[in-house]
Amino acid sequence: MTTVQSIEPVGPSEMPARAAAMRASGWRLMQICATAVGPDFEILYSFAKGRDLQNFRATVPREGARLPSITGPYLCAFLYENEIHDLFGVAFDGLAIDFGGSLLKTRVKNPFAANATPA
Amino acid sequence: MSAPTQTKPRTIVPFGPQHPVLPEPIHLDLVLEDEKVVDAIPTIGFVHRGLEKLCEKHDFHKMTQVAERVCGICSFMHGMGYCQAIETVMGIEVPARALFLRTFWAELSRVHSHLLWLGLIADAFGFESLFMHSWRVREKILDIIEETSGGRVIFGSCKIGGIRRDVADDILRRIRRELDPIETEFRDIASVFDQDPTAKRRLRGLGALSREDAHALGAVGPTARGSGIDFDARKLGYAAYPQLEFEPVVETAGDCQARCSVRIREIHQSFDLLRQAIDKMPAGAIEVPVKGNPNGEYMSRLEQPRGEVGYYVKGDGKKNLGRFRVRTPTFANIPALIHMLKGCEFADVPVIVLTIDPCISCAER
Repeated sequence: MTTVQSIEPVGPSEMPARAAAMRASGWRLMQICATAVGPDFEILYSFAKGRDLQNFRATVPREGARLPSITGPYLCAFLYENEIHDLFGVAFDGLAIDFGGSLLKTRVKNPFAANATPA
Repeated sequence: MSAPTQTKPRTIVPFGPQHPVLPEPIHLDLVLEDEKVVDAIPTIGFVHRGLEKLCEKHDFHKMTQVAERVCGICSFMHGMGYCQAIETVMGIEVPARALFLRTFWAELSRVHSHLLWLGLIADAFGFESLFMHSWRVREKILDIIEETSGGRVIFGSCKIGGIRRDVADDILRRIRRELDPIETEFRDIASVFDQDPTAKRRLRGLGALSREDAHALGAVGPTARGSGIDFDARKLGYAAYPQLEFEPVVETAGDCQARCSVRIREIHQSFDLLRQAIDKMPAGAIEVPVKGNPNGEYMSRLEQPRGEVGYYVKGDGKKNLGRFRVRTPTFANIPALIHMLKGCEFADVPVIVLTIDPCISCAER
């Protein structure tokens, strides 16, 4: 696969520290999203500063997918993390504002994860 | 002995999902002390459509039509952003004329979206004739869009590798002449938003958002630029913008009036960009053939009327993408909205909510 944009792989537990460093350097949280890839979920974090975009990717196994929240350094991450939780079923530890799975009202539970089941 | 701490009783008032100022459903639990809002808890997802998931069913060409249907206001730019992401992954060089016509339609979209918002905000603060005048001018922009693209809501003009239809040069020259009287009409309306005491009273000093908070909360578009953040994704250099002269419109007050002023000045800026795009319109092809399937990933960004939007695409050489993700500006501006609401009067909530120009259709893609 050709990667045409810089994406730095990080360990899931590293992200809060990475995010704190990005915040201290003046980067804005642009987005967080998840992608189902084989047996894993890839969580992509994008930070923007002016024209620049810096991406980090944490990979977690689908089974019991869980990683730490970055709502400490970036409170606005709560929306992205709740969205990922509701669509993919990924849990975020230390989520500052946790909707407990009720941010999005979907007909099936975790519709973007494999084997979505009726809620 | 110190007196016991007096705490005011708190009331939770539900705002939405159905509300006169909200054409689309979003819900806020407003925590009030008397008439003052001390907290706001948002709930979205009432009409979540899961459009992103369709990339696994439709081939990557057809996903252009799906992307356009994310929103009925900035539909063209959704298609354009998606195409840009795929074109970057596949290394497709789009012809210059197609890039200029994309810019032309994108700026028409910005003008009609901002005019739509001006009408809605006028209606929200009780100035109904101003609402009707704003939409009267918007109608003329929609007529141009219909004449050049064939649609008023969904343009269907963007495709991977270029655009689907050309616009004849004589039509473009005539449209350029028509822009002057339309802008003159708009100028009269804009002066009411800027100078009318009623409008000022309902907008000035309301829903303040500092530059630091806007940055920390990830605000984008007029919401961020109204707080002094000098960022406009058009400066990233996509489409024909590198060949056009403009500077981001920035206000510093950070209140509802500032966000309104940014949009008014951006309409004038868009008229100028439209004239520049028509004057510099190159001749030549409008599309190139697309061979193969996308194999790679990319996060494309562009500036919609409501702010920066991101399109992430990931393909592995098959005709279907593995992931299509849209980060819309409304989604990014919700944390800033919650911050703005804290401390405001209950009666001002509808106006403040409207000043981020919420598009729930985008947020519920």
